[in-house]
Amino acid sequence: MSKKLANAYLILVFAVLYAPIVFLIVYSFSQGETMTNYHGFTWRHYQTLFSDARMLAIVANTLLVALLSSLIATLIGTWGALGINRTTKRVTRESLLTLNNVLMVSPDVIIGASFLIFFTMLKIPLGFGSVLMSHIAFEIPIVVLMVLPRLREMSSSMLDAAEDLGATTRQLLTQVIVPFISPGIFAGFFMALTYSLDDFAVTFFVTGNGFSTLSVEIYSRARQGINLEINALSGVMFLFSLLLVGGYYWIQQASQKRKHRKREVAS
Amino acid sequence: MRAVTKRRTWLYFIPYGLWLALFVVAPVALIIYQSFFDLGHHFTLGNYSTYFQSATYLKMTLNSVWYAFLITLFTGLISYPTAYFLHQLKHRQFWLLLVILPTWINILLKAYAFIGIFSQAGLANQFLTFIGIGPQQILFTNASFIFVATYIQIPFMILPIYNSIDDLNPAFVNASRDLGASNWQTFRRVIFPLTLPGVKAGVQAVFIPSLSLFMLTRLIGGNKVITLGTAIEEHFLTTMNWGMGSTIGVILIVAMIIVMTLTGDKKPKGGAPR
Repeated sequence: MSKKLANAYLILVFAVLYAPIVFLIVYSFSQGETMTNYHGFTWRHYQTLFSDARMLAIVANTLLVALLSSLIATLIGTWGALGINRTTKRVTRESLLTLNNVLMVSPDVIIGASFLIFFTMLKIPLGFGSVLMSHIAFEIPIVVLMVLPRLREMSSSMLDAAEDLGATTRQLLTQVIVPFISPGIFAGFFMALTYSLDDFAVTFFVTGNGFSTLSVEIYSRARQGINLEINALSGVMFLFSLLLVGGYYWIQQASQKRKHRKREVAS
Repeated sequence: MRAVTKRRTWLYFIPYGLWLALFVVAPVALIIYQSFFDLGHHFTLGNYSTYFQSATYLKMTLNSVWYAFLITLFTGLISYPTAYFLHQLKHRQFWLLLVILPTWINILLKAYAFIGIFSQAGLANQFLTFIGIGPQQILFTNASFIFVATYIQIPFMILPIYNSIDDLNPAFVNASRDLGASNWQTFRRVIFPLTLPGVKAGVQAVFIPSLSLFMLTRLIGGNKVITLGTAIEEHFLTTMNWGMGSTIGVILIVAMIIVMTLTGDKKPKGGAPR
């Protein structure tokens, strides 16, 4: 009886969680102009979306910012994690981690507003550059948090062995450390990517007039009311998120499988 | 060899340290600095005295805290049973992934969906008409703002609670039952206290962003609810009074520190919703 109740509760929660998303996508195929009555199937809104040059340019911008910022953030974050891992003093490490987490816990509005002051003071023009820099900035801490646990799992005997066998510092890094922590690096890259694609508030503050990303564009269009082109866009983005989640899940599974295999070899 | 590697450690910190200085320390310092300047770029304490003497600002802050509290409360009430039941399922990793999936959908698209659902002739009103209540004004009310904010925050509350339930040693639960405790007693005296860290982490992940959600107050709340976030956005991007905006920002930072201290920041919880 209680089991049934529990299941009913879970079904209800999942229904509420997914209803808006399903609702959006269903209406992206509706022939009407509003999200009220379903008027029969059409691809029209997708056609409008894919022939909307402004929207396509914004999608390209968004993807460019996301990929470029994640790549740079992954590089800097991994480098930083390596540095943090090398610190020997507990105090240094703790304070570095605290500083690292400042941007993780700060509200977006604070990050956005303070970056806006920062860029204005340094006379950096608002636009692609400022958005890119901001995205890199708030993605770095998550990369560090994803890479550090892998670094801690690394046994020092492995490093000693490599050194004893004559590996240079460079070889040690590229042939031993990086391959071992690569699942963490990939996870960090994916998280950075999603942070970038998901961000609205920070971008909204530092974007200026000429440059726009998807979130900002959706916001300004949503303020004008319903437009089923946005529904079509959400359909495309949902598909894209599914692919990203799938990719992330696959990486996690692969690294777990590797762990299992190692354990089997060890026992 | 060791001496060499130790000496080179600082090399690792060139890009990362630069980031820490430029994008972590400097912006926080700048927002505090800016809060001491008025519109004419003169040093002043006026922003703070205005803030603490103005009934509007104080009421807005209290309102914002109250709404964030309500959102956190509802999110917690819905999420705890969800996490608990979820943990008893067979393929829980899969179901957990389904909880996470909506967080990967852009927050504005979710807000936009609710504009459609809550509109005059939308799904919610069709349902209300169907059960005989008749259409109501749902969009642009405080209730709709709380509902949508709760909806958006639920996954961020479920995850930490789920993790703490996962950490709970089932032997404690069995021991409690063997010693004759009822289900309710077991829950109240054993399960809940032991999973409290997860609840605290969830509160941290939900309460602070709820103070600053400005897009929802605009799109769903119809500017009736003004949160600290809305006020900051307004001062920075509309009225261009950066000094006052920064002052409210500093207040928000202080609120954040208070919440973090109250909820015992043992493990920093990442993944704040954007």
